[in-house]
Amino acid sequence: MQVVTDHVFKALADPTRRALFERLARDGEQTVHALTHRAGVSQPAVSKHLGVLKHARLVRGRRKGRETHYSAQPQALAPMIDWMSIYGAFWRERFDRLESLLKRMDQ
Amino acid sequence: MMKPDTTRSLVIEREMPHSPEKIWRALTQSALIEEWLMKNDFQPVVSHRFNFRATPVQNWNGIIDCEVLVFEPNSRLSYSWSSMGLMSVVAWTLTPTKDGTHVRMEHSGFRSEEDAAYKGARYGWQKFIGSLDRVVGGLD
Repeated sequence: MQVVTDHVFKALADPTRRALFERLARDGEQTVHALTHRAGVSQPAVSKHLGVLKHARLVRGRRKGRETHYSAQPQALAPMIDWMSIYGAFWRERFDRLESLLKRMDQ
Repeated sequence: MMKPDTTRSLVIEREMPHSPEKIWRALTQSALIEEWLMKNDFQPVVSHRFNFRATPVQNWNGIIDCEVLVFEPNSRLSYSWSSMGLMSVVAWTLTPTKDGTHVRMEHSGFRSEEDAAYKGARYGWQKFIGSLDRVVGGLD
């Protein structure tokens, strides 16, 4: 699980990859051509980014004729949803700090 | 399919022996926010976009993108909280009590499309989050 989470985190840390993933999640299956047209980077760069997303299992490629059609696999985000639970500990600690600050503040 | 109003959220509530006005300052003045939460360029204006900046760690740049959604002095404060491709909303509610203030914080992972305050809606996230909810629902 830890390894999978790392891949997902690395894949989404890059803004171009995040944009590609969001576009596929939003608009559905697309070819590298269509993605390149709107990504503002070269086709080899898009293919490389898609490779990273594929490795993290965030997208899936499907050969159709001479082109590969990519689609988002949002279930790969599940490890990050577990990561959300970390916010429980985060906010409790921040509440403690808030209360300590309030004690130091003037009325 | 999950109900459209399904929200995954974290709620923390505490009674604090301080006035709502004082707690409000700690929640909304940039220098004070930094003391207990994180470095920030928060401004008390609805639609103001700002960042929280934590120390970067491996696989995370430490930056949280936010936008002020609700600002009702001494009572309600809400901002979007987006990081690592996930969008969420943090909402604070202050209620005066006999001895101070009831502080409620709700950090919601995903809001329904009916919630007009959720600005992410216009990016078509519902469809995406719908799939995610199904998956996560299946994990529980």
